[in-house]
Amino acid sequence: MQNIKDAKNNVSLSRRRFLVGTVSSTLLMAFAPLASAANIGQSPQDTLKNKLFSPTVWFEINPQGDVNINIAKAEMGQHIGTALARVVADELGADWSKVSITHVDTDPKWGYMVTGGSWSVFQTFKPLSQAGAAGRIALIEAAAKILNCPAEQCRVENGAVIYQEQSLSFGDIVTQGTFNRVFTPKEIDALPLKPASKRTLVGKPGLALDIPAKTNGSAVYGIDVELEGMVYARPIVPPTRYGSKVTNVDDSAAKKVKGYLGYHILQDPSENIQGWVSVEADTYYGAIKAGDALKVSYQAGKTAKVSEQDIIKEGERLVADENEGGLFINDGDFSAASAKADKSINAVYRTHTALHFALEPVNATVEEKNGLWHVYTGNQWQSLTLPAIAKALQVADENVVMHQQYLGGGFGRRLFGDYAIPAVLTAKAIGKPVKMVFTREDDSRFDQPRSPSVVSFQALFDQKNKFTGMQHALAAGWPTLSMAPGFMPESLDKKIRVDMFSTSGADHWYSMENHRVRVANNSLAQQTMLPGWLRSVGQGWIVWGLESFIDEIAHQSKMDPIDFRLSMLDGLGNQAGKAPESVGGAKRLAHVLTRLKEKTANVKLGKNEAIGVAISSGQERTMPAWMACAAQVHVEPSSGKITVKKLTMIADAGVIVHPDGALAQVQGSMLWGTSLALHEQSPIENGQVSNTNLNTYTPLRMNDVPELDIEFVESEEFPVGLGEPGVVSIAPAIANAIFQITGVRVRDLPITSAALVNT
Amino acid sequence: MIAFKLNGKNVSSTAEDDTPLLWVIRDEFGFKGTKFGCGIGMCGACTVHIDGAAVRTCSFPLIAAANKNITTIEGLDNKHPLQQTWIEEQVPQCGYCQSGQIMQAATLLASNSSPSDQEIVDHMSGNLCRCMAYVRIQSAIKSAADVMSADVQTFDPRSSTQQS
Repeated sequence: MQNIKDAKNNVSLSRRRFLVGTVSSTLLMAFAPLASAANIGQSPQDTLKNKLFSPTVWFEINPQGDVNINIAKAEMGQHIGTALARVVADELGADWSKVSITHVDTDPKWGYMVTGGSWSVFQTFKPLSQAGAAGRIALIEAAAKILNCPAEQCRVENGAVIYQEQSLSFGDIVTQGTFNRVFTPKEIDALPLKPASKRTLVGKPGLALDIPAKTNGSAVYGIDVELEGMVYARPIVPPTRYGSKVTNVDDSAAKKVKGYLGYHILQDPSENIQGWVSVEADTYYGAIKAGDALKVSYQAGKTAKVSEQDIIKEGERLVADENEGGLFINDGDFSAASAKADKSINAVYRTHTALHFALEPVNATVEEKNGLWHVYTGNQWQSLTLPAIAKALQVADENVVMHQQYLGGGFGRRLFGDYAIPAVLTAKAIGKPVKMVFTREDDSRFDQPRSPSVVSFQALFDQKNKFTGMQHALAAGWPTLSMAPGFMPESLDKKIRVDMFSTSGADHWYSMENHRVRVANNSLAQQTMLPGWLRSVGQGWIVWGLESFIDEIAHQSKMDPIDFRLSMLDGLGNQAGKAPESVGGAKRLAHVLTRLKEKTANVKLGKNEAIGVAISSGQERTMPAWMACAAQVHVEPSSGKITVKKLTMIADAGVIVHPDGALAQVQGSMLWGTSLALHEQSPIENGQVSNTNLNTYTPLRMNDVPELDIEFVESEEFPVGLGEPGVVSIAPAIANAIFQITGVRVRDLPITSAALVNT
Repeated sequence: MIAFKLNGKNVSSTAEDDTPLLWVIRDEFGFKGTKFGCGIGMCGACTVHIDGAAVRTCSFPLIAAANKNITTIEGLDNKHPLQQTWIEEQVPQCGYCQSGQIMQAATLLASNSSPSDQEIVDHMSGNLCRCMAYVRIQSAIKSAADVMSADVQTFDPRSSTQQS
């Protein structure tokens, strides 16, 4: 796979068959490859029975009529299993009360496993719909045989096939019928899918299947897993992310801790962890205490003295030097426009290190049985993590199986599951099952933080003060460079490979005659930390600068910030969008912004209050959720205290599959945006994040929650992801309001009161 | 050996006196609904009721639990109105903090059957929800308060005057 597009396209099931067969008195349905050596000449029934399929979608109906849909996506609060199951069940015509879901392990048959980038619904909507429709047709055909009636006169409703006055439940059909049927790719393409008006589940209210267990303590997260005979372990995290070496371990004090079992210096052939020690005990508290008592000496890695300011300074150097990095966008001729320009404005925007701080500290529980390594943990990207675990253990991939658990927060931290590596190495060293849990501080120090970022902007104006062009240059640590370099396409000028996750957002939907973007990797950030994909990733820091700077341009142009934006959202040329994922293009962005304008036009503002706006189209141009946000903000003049009173969001994300789940994602992500804008930072000091627990790292609490007003545009367009895009526009909307109130243009995230008072 | 009552049963533990109650509840007695989040009493994921008060068990030593009556989320037995409104209003996202949120909220409703928005915010701001499902947490507490007060027979002299 060369780039993200390929990764996304690998879910295209256009070259696959759909199999329907009775296996052990249960009806099994699955997509399978057209033909492979393994299944050539076999009946669909045999192929299903022998599990010779490699589907991303499969489900089964038992003789009682219970429908179980297998979900290969991680559940981390987005109720993804429910959303995906509703798509299948709607087309199938299932009785929702009889639908359940199973989160599956890492058997290769599931295909590529990743949950991130807000892709899940986007990727699977069509194949899931087709799977449901094929199942419905197979059930109707079987029922017609049993009832001895013409199939075209049957319909499916609420878990039963209906012909005139007769009704046969799915359970009865499975019991009485025998299934052995293949749908060819051609037949799959021709399947009649329901129009929006006929849908009974998609887009309708409904309860998430994972929620009841999360109200009574019965939901099982990674940290809740127990294995027979396991010992508890805690890692000792070294002083630098890379290159530290353990020179001495003194456990004389640890030996006095009750239940202390010993320590191991971990050697990791995968080199993901360097200079780590594990401490083992018969209770977790014993492991915590022993870890505190253990005296480990290191030869620290070369980033042991690096500070946040060092990384920012390197970023500032990179954006200023035109020879650094590579070209990402080069529309029109910025240089020529620059030569002709009458004046220009310049600005540099920065963001500081922020943590995922998922509330469940990372952990993994591991045992080896007959040469097979079982890893119990919550993980978002098993297809990336499993090979790293295998490499660390020096075994083949097929000797490792990951058992998925609920994730106590993902937000991108649990994509690359490097936290499982010290756990498997400890289990290998000790020869027993191990449960390794990170303390909160261990978790923060081993986070894959959002890298500090620096973005410089320049806007050109002609003699009539008309805006004629913009260039920006971006520099940050790049998650994809360290964790999945195969996913990086070449830059326009072929000088470098580009992390699209750290670049998306710079390719905005405004029509600009001259627009140039240069991107550079901040190698000091890259060496000091493992930069992470943090919810909304590059969009979170890129659009922060972009939408603030667009306001600066509007101000210079003496135009209303909303009208200025609308004037550039003409949907022409490149910005027209394309089918299916971005039909309408910039015009849909103009639509949400216009609606926002109407909605906020007559708001009565108090003293020292203003409304700032920003728009976003995360996560990528190939999957945009069109959003417009207004932040009503108050600033206390003497102290600079910032209060976000209300956030209004208009969102167009196409068809909304699970409306309440979508609303929850947008509510949560808007508050995440607020928290990252005002409350969260963990600056690098001596090579490490400095704020590692809640005494100094201070995410938003209930007492800082603004009023939220969220409106979804009714749409029949292709559904796009919603887990992240709500984060993006919040910070610039707040900053744009602050500018109107105070005249101070804040250019650093998080925004602090001190920045307002001291300028 | 420290003896106490846990979800209605008399139990005892031989763990070290200074062991945070959290680990005893989770790993010795298997009530995994109580969660570990920060270890310094600032996230609230480990909240249980000790003699009716909301307590952060990550920072509460076992020895202090002697002879106390302790209830975890499992001890609510799916019967608390908060558990119902939590489902009705689809509060949990990742769900990791929710046992603690429910236990914290339950102590508010035990002493205040119709809390104001501000009283809810004041009572709940020590509990972090990293998914930031705060809007729904607040609203589900209000709904549960309504359910609970509807279950209580109240005599309002004004309405009885109007009716007569």
